[in-house]
Amino acid sequence: MGLTRKLEILADAAKYDASCASSGAARKDSRDGKGIGSTGGMGICHSYTPDGRCVSLLKVLLTNACLYDCHYCINRRSSNVQRARFTPEEVVQLTLDFYKRNYIEGLFLSSGIVRSADHTMEQVIEVARQLREVHHFRGYIHLKTIPEASQALIDKAGRYADRISINIELPSQQSLDRLAPEKNLTNTKQAMHGIRQRIDESVEAKKAARQIVNRPRVKAPPFATGQSTQMIVGADDSSDALVLHRADELYRDVRLRRVYYSGFSPIPEPSVLLPIKPPPLVREHRLYQADWLLRFYGFDVGELLPKEEPNLDLDLDPKLAWALRNRAVFPVDINRAPQELLWRIPGLGTVNVARILAARRWSRLTLADLQRMRVNLKKVMPFILAADHRPRIALLESTNLRQHFLPGPRQLELNFNAPPPTTPADAAMALSGQI
Amino acid sequence: MTHTAQIHPTFEAWRSKARELLRHGVAPENVDWVDASQTASLLAEEPSAYQTAPNSAVKVPADFLRLAANVCAHTDERRFAILYRLLHRLTLGGEKHLLGMPSDRDMHPCNAWAKAVSRDIHKMHAFVRFRLVGVNEQNGREQFVAWFEPEYRITRLAAPFFEKRFASMDWSILTPDECVSWDGEKLTFIPGMSRHDAPAADAHDDLWRTYYRSIFNPARLKVQAMQSEMPMKYWKNLPEAEIIHDLIASSETRVRTMIATPERPVKPVPNNAYLRTLRQRQES
Ligand code: SF4
Repeated sequence: MGLTRKLEILADAAKYDASCASSGAARKDSRDGKGIGSTGGMGICHSYTPDGRCVSLLKVLLTNACLYDCHYCINRRSSNVQRARFTPEEVVQLTLDFYKRNYIEGLFLSSGIVRSADHTMEQVIEVARQLREVHHFRGYIHLKTIPEASQALIDKAGRYADRISINIELPSQQSLDRLAPEKNLTNTKQAMHGIRQRIDESVEAKKAARQIVNRPRVKAPPFATGQSTQMIVGADDSSDALVLHRADELYRDVRLRRVYYSGFSPIPEPSVLLPIKPPPLVREHRLYQADWLLRFYGFDVGELLPKEEPNLDLDLDPKLAWALRNRAVFPVDINRAPQELLWRIPGLGTVNVARILAARRWSRLTLADLQRMRVNLKKVMPFILAADHRPRIALLESTNLRQHFLPGPRQLELNFNAPPPTTPADAAMALSGQI
Repeated sequence: MTHTAQIHPTFEAWRSKARELLRHGVAPENVDWVDASQTASLLAEEPSAYQTAPNSAVKVPADFLRLAANVCAHTDERRFAILYRLLHRLTLGGEKHLLGMPSDRDMHPCNAWAKAVSRDIHKMHAFVRFRLVGVNEQNGREQFVAWFEPEYRITRLAAPFFEKRFASMDWSILTPDECVSWDGEKLTFIPGMSRHDAPAADAHDDLWRTYYRSIFNPARLKVQAMQSEMPMKYWKNLPEAEIIHDLIASSETRVRTMIATPERPVKPVPNNAYLRTLRQRQES
């Protein structure tokens, strides 16, 4: 089989993994003239495909042959898809060739499970080893790891990679038993704990190395700077509350950088166990917004999803939905309220909140000031007090307030098309106040 | 009296002129900024007659200089005058807090220009496509050339990124305005060139298009989202953009085929040692 055909099959096989981030790696470059590449700071999206997703990494599988039978996956053993396998050298060469032309930030390598978890991990690691040790590649490497692989191999992967990840896939063991019978939630969490420990140790070692002043510095051994995971949404009947509680647990317990939510979408080779109709794409978008509120805006899952409403409102963003349920909090005075309260105003993002805090030290802010910051006035006005504005209390108390915000059909389409914040650029956009 | 400040449209030129004016305490309303590259005949540079003797150097915050570097790369003709007014207010005017006031009438346009410029720099880092043109016979270094059309004058601001990342190859980036090359030792800047001076294609473009086609998921078409991040003005220099239309046009049929495919039955568990141990582990 030729290289082009292999690339076709093995990129197609990898595209259902939503993660493509290349941010947050340790700073490195190739100014010493040896090797190639650099990382550090924000990753770059080198292209976008018509599905609105960022192309940042060469995202491929080493092989799409697989012993497992995950029903949402095109590569499961029950599928009749054509199988292919790259040699490690082929992936190494492709990565270097693409990188030198500035097509990509680096490599995201994953693999179907062949022979055993350890055997598969060894193959994946070999690619990373060659890139780092033979070619002194300093670009980004993300390796997908298998929770059943031995800790020693996971450690080794972490030494070559900037990021490692294990997919949790579904939020409960019950769902896994039905749709991914070989996968086990406890194993996955254990492996994530193991990775977290190594990341913590590496951070400590780096700190210690910095404190040595007089002796020649011992460089801390490199280790990935972060781990992330992916959950598939809409393939089972788990509620948004279940999904977000699981995500929240992982953010706390194993300090994940990111949880990616991947709306289940129809695949070639569909399985009998799966729903035919995919969930609305906007559900995935709402989950990302809620996730953002958990991580950066000080919200709890319980606040966003009270027991009686275990699913997010598809028509309104989750912060607005929260505000409508908690109107007693408003109006909030933008010239006096503390940061945590400003974060809760629908339509104000963390960036604009920071701007408000800086600007109000010198003058009392008016609506015109907000407009200059490109705040969506229509959205914030019912909820705020400004130097020249107080909302009509009648509106804030009226039962029509929800109506007031419901998108017209045209706007709904806009929301629908908004990209999920899965990329550096999207993340920046989300931070700049879309929520 | 009015001073005419005729400068080449670069940050360096603006900075040295602004320093000179500021040292003589010239008020912003008395300066007429002229872009030397836009005037047909260069006015004879007359030595400025300042009314006051020069002051010792005025301290300028580093944040302001970073902002000014980006603003100068913009093309709005008001930028030099507004920047100078901002500088004057910050220093001689005693308005030290200006930089923290995004809604100020001078800060606001400067921030907007700086932001547009930094977005342009970011897009240049993303969308430059190098093409292999040969190998240096003496030292074996690969040589690459790229053609790019930025919106603003950002070649100098964007170049250090490429230096760090591609230090071990020889490369040039040609733009209509200014070009930059790297030879492993230093960056060299030369005047702008035309797209015909750059190679039109690279042997790897096909493989890259194959990847682009395969990583696209037709079941999630979001054309607007793509275009807002990758505006069409960049498409003409991106090898993968050639196939965007085909991908969009064929996606509906592809999805319909997927949905119409008969569902595959579940195959029995193969007799495999690893799967057996996995099952034993889960049962215990
Ligand atoms: S382990 Fe499951 S998700 Fe991964 S490739 Fe195999 S079948 Fe697909």
